[in-house]
Amino acid sequence: MLSFVAQRVLKGVIVLLAIVVLNFFLIRLAPGDPAVVMAGEAGASDQVFVKQLREKFGLDKPLPEQLFIYVKGVVTLDLGFSFRQQAPVAKLIGERLPATLLLTLTAFAISLMLGVLFGTFAARFAGTFLDTAITVFALIFYAMPIFWVALMGILLFSVTMDWLPSFGYETVGANLTGLAHAVDVAKHLIMPAMTLGLFFMATYTRMTRASMLEVKRLDFVKTARAKGLSDAVIQRRHVLRNALLPVVTLAGVHSGTLIGGAVITETVFAWPGIGRLMYDALLQRDYNLLLGVFVICSAMVLIFNLITDLVYRLVDPRIEFAS
Amino acid sequence: MKQFWKSMLRSPSGVIGLVILLLAISIALFGPLLFPNSPWRMVQRPFLPPFTLSTVPLGTDALGRDVFAGMIFGARVSLLVGLVSTLVALVVGIPIGAMAGYFGGKVDDALMRFTEFFQTIPSFALAIVLVAILQPSIYSIVTSIAVVSWPPVARLVRGEVLSLRTREYVQAAVVTGQSNTWIIMREILPNALSPVIVLASLMVATAILLESSLSFLGLGDPNLISWGYMVGAGRTVIRQAWWITVFPGVAILISVLGLNLIGEGLNDALNPRLSREGR
Repeated sequence: MLSFVAQRVLKGVIVLLAIVVLNFFLIRLAPGDPAVVMAGEAGASDQVFVKQLREKFGLDKPLPEQLFIYVKGVVTLDLGFSFRQQAPVAKLIGERLPATLLLTLTAFAISLMLGVLFGTFAARFAGTFLDTAITVFALIFYAMPIFWVALMGILLFSVTMDWLPSFGYETVGANLTGLAHAVDVAKHLIMPAMTLGLFFMATYTRMTRASMLEVKRLDFVKTARAKGLSDAVIQRRHVLRNALLPVVTLAGVHSGTLIGGAVITETVFAWPGIGRLMYDALLQRDYNLLLGVFVICSAMVLIFNLITDLVYRLVDPRIEFAS
Repeated sequence: MKQFWKSMLRSPSGVIGLVILLLAISIALFGPLLFPNSPWRMVQRPFLPPFTLSTVPLGTDALGRDVFAGMIFGARVSLLVGLVSTLVALVVGIPIGAMAGYFGGKVDDALMRFTEFFQTIPSFALAIVLVAILQPSIYSIVTSIAVVSWPPVARLVRGEVLSLRTREYVQAAVVTGQSNTWIIMREILPNALSPVIVLASLMVATAILLESSLSFLGLGDPNLISWGYMVGAGRTVIRQAWWITVFPGVAILISVLGLNLIGEGLNDALNPRLSREGR
């Protein structure tokens, strides 16, 4: 187990380094002087700052040396300086990271729980009206663009019914503390988390349903039935556990999509996370900040993939016997 | 082929999907001819509600532009970007997957590490960065969507080729001294095509979603109106004018739904064994 973890961590580090190198070349894809590009367009590129950038990144030196300087910077968590926001990129991202983690993890938990629940129901009652209803809803949610779901949520729950706040992380100027603050944040969290979770919920519903139906027909389920186990036990211990394997794999594959969805969700709901930061960087063409956020997003995906790999080994009964 | 259409038309999702797609394609092709209002021109007062004037059935936006015209012209961009970027992704992904599966060994290792690398990078974030750096245009959008969507193609084709490579008819072709290219192109790929077609139809749907998300964030081609751009532009005035955001979103939803349904129908038609087991 330990060597497996070490191996996976090593692999993740290598991939992350490769992404950093890719980042280095991406900035050079942009037309024009990389120092000016990094400084950002329209007014930000004053002479002193551009000169500083040029010195810091050694932009007058040969390319391999520039690459070395850049990678060394990222490894020591120095992602450069955002001229637009007048702060180091690493500091800006650090401040925003908790909000993004709160949002994505809540959305992930909601989607996984509801998705598995609905999928199990649909499979249990396959061919009935309930199954059809769940399947049709899943199909529709699966086809809706996240930004539109977000706006329709605002239209319905904020504008029309006035139930939930339409933007932000907390009520500005309320200065709440303790439990009242937590409730306030939770109120602000519901809509963004549901918006982000809806697409994934649809995916997990479809996946769980298909995979439950597939596992149900396998021989070991017949054996369990022949042994006289109750239907509930078979469903839970034998069918669901095996049916969850592809769902876990999918969750790992989807971590990147989850981050991408967070960019959109945070933009619409003005949620102060790194997704919103990415959008701000985009509007201001603050490339240094944009690429910094990109590297951190990739790192998050790698960590998430590592975790799903470990979970997979915990859930898969076959691997359990092997170790 | 006749068999294929028969089973495709027997699957309800396939039929609904086909109808939606045909409708969308005809709107994209002929709509602008029948409905020549430019989506950029001011035609009425701003914020005209929908269903009040028959000339502007879906109302106007904050600048008095015709929402209906925008939806019609937007269909072009969505379908074009969806189809072309999927084609580009296929052109990149199929050869990489075929080579990895056919040659195996070190070639396979190298190509698959490369593919996995691209699959690990958060795709939407990479697409944003690419379009922002290359400057928003229809070309940079197609490029970035293709860059983030080819890896699944490569992996799928590799798997198919891997299982076909050891078949006897392929071995026979090897023995008769055919070149590798000929064997891959003529013997293996045609037999690996059905799952690729299913995947491709789903990829067009994803590409349309990606394009609309990019346009929504303001990364659309500034010269072309698109559904995502319309929703993005209507976002700030959603309290006064719901219709500017609602209608283009419905258009995206229906097109993506149609393509997903076609994917299911194709799956039923091309892998009949699989679909019957799935019931």
